[in-house]
Amino acid sequence: MHDKTLAELSAGLAAGEFSSVELTRHFLGRIERFDGQLNSFITVTAEPALAQALAADERRRRGEAGPLTGIPLAQKDIFCTDGVRTSCASKMLDNFIAPYDATVVAQCNAAGMVMLGKTNMDEFAMGSSNETSYFGPVKNPWDTVAVPGGSSGGSAAAVAARLTPAATGTDTGGSIRQPAALCGISGIKPTYGRVSRYGMIAFASSLDQAGPMARTAEDCALLLGAIAGFDPRDSTSVEREVPDYRAALGNDLKGLKIGLPKEYFGAGLDPAVAQAVEAAINEYRKLGAEVVEISLPNTGLAVPTYYVVAPAECSSNLSRMDGVRFGYRCDNPKDLEDLYKRSRGEGFGPEVKRRIMIGTYALSAGYYDAYYLKAQQMRQLISDDFRRAFETVDVIMGPTSPTVAFNAGEKTDDPVAMYLADVYTIAANLAGLPGMSIPAGFVGNRPVGLQLIGNYFDEARLLNVAHQYQLTTDWHQRAPQGFE
Amino acid sequence: MALERKDVENIAHLARLAISEADIPEYARNLSSILALVEQMSAVDTTGVHPMAHPLDATQRLREDVVTETDQREHFQAIAPAVEAGLYLVPKVIE
Repeated sequence: MHDKTLAELSAGLAAGEFSSVELTRHFLGRIERFDGQLNSFITVTAEPALAQALAADERRRRGEAGPLTGIPLAQKDIFCTDGVRTSCASKMLDNFIAPYDATVVAQCNAAGMVMLGKTNMDEFAMGSSNETSYFGPVKNPWDTVAVPGGSSGGSAAAVAARLTPAATGTDTGGSIRQPAALCGISGIKPTYGRVSRYGMIAFASSLDQAGPMARTAEDCALLLGAIAGFDPRDSTSVEREVPDYRAALGNDLKGLKIGLPKEYFGAGLDPAVAQAVEAAINEYRKLGAEVVEISLPNTGLAVPTYYVVAPAECSSNLSRMDGVRFGYRCDNPKDLEDLYKRSRGEGFGPEVKRRIMIGTYALSAGYYDAYYLKAQQMRQLISDDFRRAFETVDVIMGPTSPTVAFNAGEKTDDPVAMYLADVYTIAANLAGLPGMSIPAGFVGNRPVGLQLIGNYFDEARLLNVAHQYQLTTDWHQRAPQGFE
Repeated sequence: MALERKDVENIAHLARLAISEADIPEYARNLSSILALVEQMSAVDTTGVHPMAHPLDATQRLREDVVTETDQREHFQAIAPAVEAGLYLVPKVIE
């Protein structure tokens, strides 16, 4: 059952081939059996999952099932789940039992989906290798000495190893796309504002966006349809109709104009990754697409810009973790300042502290113009690059990551080297554009991701462009060995 | 921009983060290298560029001024480190 895609499982449930309870037991059994090797889950919610599965089967008997009713999924541990620990992979929230559901979680529940558990991630979503988690690193199922990428590394590894048919992720600078690429699965970061941020623990509010991670573009389309939409409880949620993403998957690609930014194929890109990406582009030529070179001249400045905006916003968002109302509190504080400082100093890990300090510095008196204001101006220039590009092309393509998965420990001593792992993904967040990664080959036994960037609210087209490629290739069907 | 020990101590204080003495040199080194990365922005002249506040130029939505939240104090305080009589407890702030 675990080799079936979400779409196939949906059809199987509808045809009565198996029940949601059977499906849920099967995946819980796989988590039990294999996750010791991967550490992709922080919390497994076996009992509530079986109760949800029973309810889903009952709903189906009443004739009220939708396409996702009874389908198991995993939630990234950044989404608040009522009554279930929501740790954000931090010691700070190790004891935090969320008192409400995130909108994304509520929508999955409303669709009748079954939550298997909460997936591991980089602490507060800050990292590109899932090595900053308080609960230990996640291993890449394709090669367990390699990282799965981050920050949604647990979600990506769990989907790749078939421990769940799908998972949610969040993407602030590449945290859905980069782990999807490194683990050989599909994932889409929608347009900023497309999916509600309510109850999704904030990292950088002007960049954060949630999205689905699954094996195929079709599965992502199904799940995105369930979680997208306007939410009055998120002040930046966009009031705009959600199209039927699955219905848009049948369009052919004749005449599609694909832009290849020359800056995405320069120095720093591993030649073997470049080769796989070029082969994928050739496949698109065969499908009738027209490929042109474009330029996004400010590409090289996306990472520097991001490391002002993201830390500045994180230093503000994480100020709520103060040891007073929820979360970790230090022992025997001698006064209020000591309570704040030691609760935060002991509760946050080193990467989170670094980013809070960078943000605090950038926002401190006298530096605002030089850092945050300058970065917001750079964002405008980066967005203008994309705006110009989309005047002539429909989709932008390139590598998701400059290399395949690197080894654990390889970049942990050098934060800047780690940051550059996101060199191709960050610009889409700065501009608020949707981006996707799909499997497009291997270097050795490690997967390569192809990145697709679309215009605002063009998720339906991105998903179809990805789906058409998956109809003629089988990279997305490959499974890592040892998890049969 | 290279940060000194006293800069790191000041930033940690502003951020209300206790960091250990022994870790200060490493923070100084790492934060300085991150700031060096960020400095690359200064190569671009942004005179007259309008700072981007929102990718879709959205403005703040307003709603009717009516009560929408119910009182869930006990529910929310159940996860607090220390409460008494419906209040959050912290060390004494006034002697």
